[in-house]
Amino acid sequence: MTTVDRLVGAGVARIDGPAKVRGTAPYAYEQDPGEPICHVAVVQSTVNRGRISRLDPSRAEAMPGVLAVLTPANAPRLGEGLASDLPVLQSLDVHYQGQIVAIVVAETSEIAKAAVGAVAVGYSAEEPDVVLSAERPDLYAPPKLMAGFETDSVIGDVDGALASAAVTVDATYETPTQHNNPIEMHTSMARWDGDRLTMWDANQGPHNIVNDLMAAFELERDQVRVISPYVGGAFGSKAFTHPNQIVAAMAARVVGRTVVFELSRQQMFSLVGHRTPTIQRLRLGAEADGRLTAISHEVVEHTSRISEFAEQTATPTRVLYAAPHRRTTHRLARLDVPPPTIMRAPGETPGLYALETAMDELAHAVGLDPVELRIRNEPARDPERDLPWSSRNLVACLRTGAERFGWAGRDLRPRVRTDGRWLIGTGVAAATYPTRRRKAECRITGHDDGRWTVEIDGSDIGTGAWTALTQVAADALGVGLDAVELRIGDSDLPFAGGAGGSTGMASWGSAIVLTARDVRRELDEKHGGQLPPHGIVVKGEVPGESPHAGDYSMHAFGAHFVEVRVDRDTGEVRLPRATSVYAAGTIVNARTARSQFLGGFSMGVSMALHEESVADARLGHYVNHDLAEYHVATNADIGELDVHWLEEDDPYVNELGMKGIGEIGITGAAAAVANAYWHATGLRVRDLPITPDKYFRELGQG
Amino acid sequence: MREFRYERATDPAAAVALLAAEPEGAFLGGGTNLVDLMKLGVATPDVLVDVRQLTSAEITELPDGGLRIGAAVPNADLAADRRVRERFPVLSQALLAGASGQLRNRATTGGNLLQRTRCPYFTDVTTPCNKRAPGSGCGALEGVHRNHAILGQTLEGPGTCVATHPSDMAVALAALDASVRVLGPDGERVVPMAELHRLPGDDPSRDTTLRHGELITAIDVPALGMPSRYRKVRDRASFAFALVSVAAAVQVTGGIVDDVRLALGGVAHRPWRATAAEEVLRGRPATEESFVAAADAELAAARPLRDNGFKVPLARNLVVRTLLQLTGDVR
Repeated sequence: MTTVDRLVGAGVARIDGPAKVRGTAPYAYEQDPGEPICHVAVVQSTVNRGRISRLDPSRAEAMPGVLAVLTPANAPRLGEGLASDLPVLQSLDVHYQGQIVAIVVAETSEIAKAAVGAVAVGYSAEEPDVVLSAERPDLYAPPKLMAGFETDSVIGDVDGALASAAVTVDATYETPTQHNNPIEMHTSMARWDGDRLTMWDANQGPHNIVNDLMAAFELERDQVRVISPYVGGAFGSKAFTHPNQIVAAMAARVVGRTVVFELSRQQMFSLVGHRTPTIQRLRLGAEADGRLTAISHEVVEHTSRISEFAEQTATPTRVLYAAPHRRTTHRLARLDVPPPTIMRAPGETPGLYALETAMDELAHAVGLDPVELRIRNEPARDPERDLPWSSRNLVACLRTGAERFGWAGRDLRPRVRTDGRWLIGTGVAAATYPTRRRKAECRITGHDDGRWTVEIDGSDIGTGAWTALTQVAADALGVGLDAVELRIGDSDLPFAGGAGGSTGMASWGSAIVLTARDVRRELDEKHGGQLPPHGIVVKGEVPGESPHAGDYSMHAFGAHFVEVRVDRDTGEVRLPRATSVYAAGTIVNARTARSQFLGGFSMGVSMALHEESVADARLGHYVNHDLAEYHVATNADIGELDVHWLEEDDPYVNELGMKGIGEIGITGAAAAVANAYWHATGLRVRDLPITPDKYFRELGQG
Repeated sequence: MREFRYERATDPAAAVALLAAEPEGAFLGGGTNLVDLMKLGVATPDVLVDVRQLTSAEITELPDGGLRIGAAVPNADLAADRRVRERFPVLSQALLAGASGQLRNRATTGGNLLQRTRCPYFTDVTTPCNKRAPGSGCGALEGVHRNHAILGQTLEGPGTCVATHPSDMAVALAALDASVRVLGPDGERVVPMAELHRLPGDDPSRDTTLRHGELITAIDVPALGMPSRYRKVRDRASFAFALVSVAAAVQVTGGIVDDVRLALGGVAHRPWRATAAEEVLRGRPATEESFVAAADAELAAARPLRDNGFKVPLARNLVVRTLLQLTGDVR
């Protein structure tokens, strides 16, 4: 092997870019199974809670081109142990509006959709219960939060410390239900060859989907293959199995043909999960100089009646600031809503919005610069686990960001800067996200022509993993990019967890590095350091968490600085510029990493100003279920973004010293925008999104 | 989606005759709204008569210095037309404030006038809506209505409807006193913009006064001769329907308002010509005080719903600010 310049860190252009731009990279809907494809359309419940009382498919069945209509009466029985809303058509009970109550399989999607309208369904319906409130008597403490976090944490005497604090903040913040809206709709194409199932599917990890398909159709591991080389965006809703995969496989088995099921945008709002709304009460106690004595963060959020999803919203509060007395709690209400799921930085995103807004309110209360307030409360060790940091550079992010943004000399007073009719303000907030590593396996094949095949079931959901993993592999093998053929996105490849929790590169990259090390060792020990004429195959793995995970607290950090302008006549908000600085360990690909940071931050701006799934309290459905009405930020809403990262060398987190960057960009971003909005207007809007109507509400007009 | 026939006619009269015989049929222009509604099951025509090639795609001069806009002129072309930008900036600005570049390339002038409300209860066939399914009720009245009408709604009875008209262009054309040329089974007629769109009254299913089979062939915009401007406030900077918009034109001589045109969007079932405000302003000094008085006069009739009261101060501020911008050097 020859030595080449290190590729990790370089801004290598996406190796899958040309195929995607030319439209030749096949997404799930575009796969060619080699036979005519049948189409699925689904009949969805129009009531929110109740039971199917009548279901007559006969008119639909009689339509030319309709191959099958499946209902709870004739659908194949699925295996035991399917969670949440995966037991499709296994019961007459209805748990949420939009639940699948019948499936039409037809020769074309037009016929299938027309036949949906011909299926007659009646319900005995009950009143829906979809409104979350902190006063509900049925709030309960879940046994655990997602990702294994404890439900509550209590250290010291919080109430006593709050009672005796020189300065306190006591405020309640609300974030709305939000929906993942990747451009590519969830899509599943299924084919059975005898008792073997092949599925081309849009997901964040083929191995994540396999287990549910095995359980649903009572298959052995070698009877299922999920293939997902290209995925058109994913923020969490594609992490786990949803009804679409079950529907496609069920339909294909019944008609004996390849079947595809692509959700409509409207169906994305009921069938593939959402981010729970939150109601968060923050209480901070501090000395007159801003030093925190107590932090209390109490979270109320929802889950569905048919499954428990407990978002870890207050967990960032357990690591961000020092305070001797501290408490975090999570309580859930079971509502008649579709099962919630993860959406970019679940927990950290809504949680940091509340904490970092409360910190801004505290800075105002003590008359301190909000950057200085954060520096003053920097903890030397993890304040709840009492462990040293593997590395932590929040203060450096704040200082560097302040300098790049031009923060110095900022007037603390709100509503004193104007440009014509614009009110101008600036705001800051911290970002943080946990660093984890998951089990992953890898197979590296050395070919006699000097080329290498690197195989691992990683996923590229638009992040740049195709490129970044190839860089990692080339460095690890000591060859150039062109000598590496990467294969990802296929459950027949060596096991890997999906793209989620910002663990992808840390886990898959580490597996590649460790396996390449085994390759070198085997070459050295058995083949005199030379690739043998018949080539070589080596399997390796990374077992899971870093061996240092119990001894060090591992997190990425960052800081956002934002300028906003608010039209004093209309309440319109504009964001002309922002600076974000991150300390996230090794950055593998400078180009795709920058995209991740830009996208994450922009999604946070979108959360602050636009995104909200509005439920009708009487009918129970999400009313604004399309991209015309569910607003995400457009290019015109995002100004100049300055993205910067610090050199950070962390020897404990994983083989590459990287911390994962898919999610940290969104964390804290909404708080920075909200804080800048307050600085501009003097109005503290504590319920997102900050839309023009709330400007008038806060002014007491209308 | 219901199966439908697609038809082409040789000329406008033939298209009108074709549709007159098809009570469930519809004309197809750019299709940017109708085809969406067909996919959603909201519109269920059994025949589409394609008229995109039948009416004029030209903008021509009228003797008075006004313009005749062919019904098939794409929104993008109309916005970019130099005569429109010079003489009727309010119209060009309104068009550019709507939709996206791709949609404006496809959408026609005639079709823009006939787009249907984006009320989410109208576009979801599983919910009640008196406009889509007369007698089923109004989902928005007690439901989600932050962006619904504050003026001219029907708040009770079988005609209950609080929807707004979505077009920006129509608001500008209402302020410009445009008139719509229509070809029907009984020949041609001219409909003033003020009479084209309806309030819901007791029949919200009808957006306009056009009869089945009538085809818009052109829009005449008379000469204006005073500065004009369109200003739209929406939930994000691009690609969203108006919360409130205003189309304004004003002529000031010696500090006195000689002539003024004012129309509001996003506040009613039709583009809302603010005649009460205009009346207050004519002959009054062109001051902020007058503008506030005019806006208040117009909005006195507002009947906001539970969650859209903000539209009243928003509309007032927008009227005042836009008039100040047109009459002074306010940004």
